[in-house]
Amino acid sequence: MADYTPSEMMVARAARELKNGEVVFVGIGLPNVACNLARRLQAPGLVLIYESGAVGCVPDRLPLSIGDPCLATDSISVCSMVEVVNYYLQGGLIDVGFLGGAQVDRFGNINSTVIGDYNRPKVRLPGSGGACEIAIHAKKIIMVLKQSPKSFPEKIDFVTSPGYIDEVNSRRKFGFPGKGPSLVITDFGVYGFNKNTYEMILQEM
Amino acid sequence: MSGKVMTMARAVGEHVRDGDTVVIEGFTHLICFAAGHEIIRQKKRDLVACRLTPDLIYDQMVAAGCVRKLVFSWAGNPGVGSLFGLRRAVEEGVPRKVEIEEYSHFGMVARFMAGASRLPFMHLKTFEGSDLPKKNKNIKFIRCPYTGKRYATVPALNPDVAIIHVQRVDEEGNAQIWGLMGVQREAAFASKKVVIVAEELVPGDVIRADPNRTLIPGLIVAAVVIEPFAAHPSYALGYYDRDNEFYVQWAKVSKDKAGMDNYLAEWVYGLPGRKEYREKFGAEYLKKLEADNRPSGSVNYGF
Repeated sequence: MADYTPSEMMVARAARELKNGEVVFVGIGLPNVACNLARRLQAPGLVLIYESGAVGCVPDRLPLSIGDPCLATDSISVCSMVEVVNYYLQGGLIDVGFLGGAQVDRFGNINSTVIGDYNRPKVRLPGSGGACEIAIHAKKIIMVLKQSPKSFPEKIDFVTSPGYIDEVNSRRKFGFPGKGPSLVITDFGVYGFNKNTYEMILQEM
Repeated sequence: MSGKVMTMARAVGEHVRDGDTVVIEGFTHLICFAAGHEIIRQKKRDLVACRLTPDLIYDQMVAAGCVRKLVFSWAGNPGVGSLFGLRRAVEEGVPRKVEIEEYSHFGMVARFMAGASRLPFMHLKTFEGSDLPKKNKNIKFIRCPYTGKRYATVPALNPDVAIIHVQRVDEEGNAQIWGLMGVQREAAFASKKVVIVAEELVPGDVIRADPNRTLIPGLIVAAVVIEPFAAHPSYALGYYDRDNEFYVQWAKVSKDKAGMDNYLAEWVYGLPGRKEYREKFGAEYLKKLEADNRPSGSVNYGF
């Protein structure tokens, strides 16, 4: 038996993707752990930006929420959310965006809104938060989520955040600044995307 | 004393009416739970509750039957999971059906920006390729008159009242915040009325000695409430820490309707106000949340 959990394995794998000096938009949950791990290992110069407005964070405890007080203390800058979404995200300053979700389809489109019908939900999830604009604007997207037949369906119940959208990569038609999903890290393996069909392909087990 | 300083009971009684569009902003930091509790105690009804991140206090307001409609971008218990009160309302109509109107964070920020600027809408680059515009007809698209490129638009949001918690305020309502600022300034300027709730009342010259820190000027403020610990289990940087354990426990407390109702009976209806809420926790509990001493250096405003 391995002496680590599947979540810890995902976090460790995700952390390795982050390079020193990159600007990363940190989301709640496992990405939060991965970014803080990377900063304490190979990427001490990783610039962590949280959507709460804290820039260049050096949290000295693991923040439970992305608005934890330890993110403001000793950060480079604390700005309003107007600046986060307009100047940092829409302004093109984010190298890596991390996203999770309840479901992902083969084109990397993500559902974090609802399971079942939108108007008669089986499970109501939190919704987009900043995910939709992170998916559009970050130069590169890494996804971290647990894999199961339910979370990797043929068709997701709701597209909260666009990946490649479809087999012709409609991102280009819409003129999205970000290139789209690059990796999907699960407890089963690591997936990339085919450059011609924009479909997810298994890279590592 | 300026006529603006009043009790929470009076501020909510006078400035929040049934059917109002209300925003209690705060992105994790400075969320005014005390105002939400007073709204529940005064049995306000049919509110349109707006906020980027409705969390535990909106969960409680929904469970208490105060809310007709929720306008938001992320509804959850941050780092923990679901809001069960809200889910019961949306999934089962308990205690009443709550209508939802949802955006992304950028969408909500842009709505407050348009509202604060008294513009009819704001354009922004998001929402394309997402199903959100299919379910929310308020999200539309326009062509830029200069480049011909397509942008999403969202309508201005101008709430009837904004309730904003801050660290310190003077009696005119000049309010200072440090640490995470969220979208409080825009929510305040967008709203028809602003109620400021503060940890501390300070003389006007303390504000004037550091004017860069003033987020909201008294000239848009209708009422000032001085209520220490009003943001708990959220936090006030430099005053008390976020009560993370409370957020973790909330999942258990609120999981079923009986647990939620017991909480409201004991901690909201069962207490007259914030002072008693603070006392009920006791000195030892509060001591654990007390902020460390990390003062900022001062700057010279001289000329």
